[in-house]
Amino acid sequence: MIEQQGTLRPAVSDDDHVLGPPDAPVTLVEYGDFQCPHCARAHKVLPKVLKRLDGQVRFVFRNFPLAESHPNAVHAAEAAESVSARAGEQAFWRVHDLMYDHQRDGDDSLDDAHLVRYAEQAGANPADVALDLAGDVYESEVKADFMSGVRSGVNGTPTFFINGQRFEGDWTSADAFAAALESAAT
Amino acid sequence: MSNTQTILQAGTAAPDFTLHATPDQTVSLSDFRGRPVILAFYPADWSPVCGDQMALYNEILSEFHKHHAELLGISVDGAWCHNAFAHDRKLHFPLLADFEPKGTVARQYGVYQEHEGTSGRALFVIDGEGTIRWSYLSPPGVNPGADGILEALEALDASTHAAAPGGAS
Repeated sequence: MIEQQGTLRPAVSDDDHVLGPPDAPVTLVEYGDFQCPHCARAHKVLPKVLKRLDGQVRFVFRNFPLAESHPNAVHAAEAAESVSARAGEQAFWRVHDLMYDHQRDGDDSLDDAHLVRYAEQAGANPADVALDLAGDVYESEVKADFMSGVRSGVNGTPTFFINGQRFEGDWTSADAFAAALESAAT
Repeated sequence: MSNTQTILQAGTAAPDFTLHATPDQTVSLSDFRGRPVILAFYPADWSPVCGDQMALYNEILSEFHKHHAELLGISVDGAWCHNAFAHDRKLHFPLLADFEPKGTVARQYGVYQEHEGTSGRALFVIDGEGTIRWSYLSPPGVNPGADGILEALEALDASTHAAAPGGAS
């Protein structure tokens, strides 16, 4: 009756935000929250890890905003989805990076005014993104990501899945994280 | 108490208890007869991560409520500590203090960690008649998430509907 806990569902598809080769031997999925300091920390570790695994990892980002803990997290996720829809996936990854890079600038660094500014820097029309935020156009999409995380056993942010299984190891060290991914690649 | 205790299994009657939810208020398991209860034992308030186990459940309370289930968090922390923690994390469900004598309820459910002096991370889904329908003890250091709880609640809904004449949907 109960399937194994901590199993990714649904599997990665064309609906996801994907970086890296589609036929990579390892798929790494992150459920993240743009206002979560631990996710910002992971954001600094990940490029080192992905570089070391050079081409062997397909990286996927899904939204898991903890609205009760992080009041700007839901709108940040909606803004990223808006940028993706309006300006494409490269713009999505740019705004994803901008949000994490600027997360700790100040208390207001992820308020709507800043989100729209990052969207513009990423290549989207700021008025369009502001309109999408005001209308909560991507609310249901973000909620769907969140619920897929709940059903997959996400237990906080960030939660990583390596080839569909929740990763319980240490992602704070690039060495340990890369080693886990390397062993999944072989 | 021996260290060979095992977690109570599905099919077992859930031991009733009365614990403080606030310094001047108590809650009994039997108060919730007629609807499912999720008991979430956890080691301690103030775990130093975002979206820890209780914060995660707080985010998805509405999903539990869709199954008419009540969520009760339980740790060995005292009521005043729970009060401060719940306020800080804006939790919208009761935290029960298994405080005096310490860990009594955790022991009854077979999830007390003797060497740590705290409860383990353990989950129980109890039906409206007070029978445990699902239980799960997480490995040390692993936050179990909520996927197992939701599957257990869905299974409980399905069996309840199957048993009801006419099978209400």
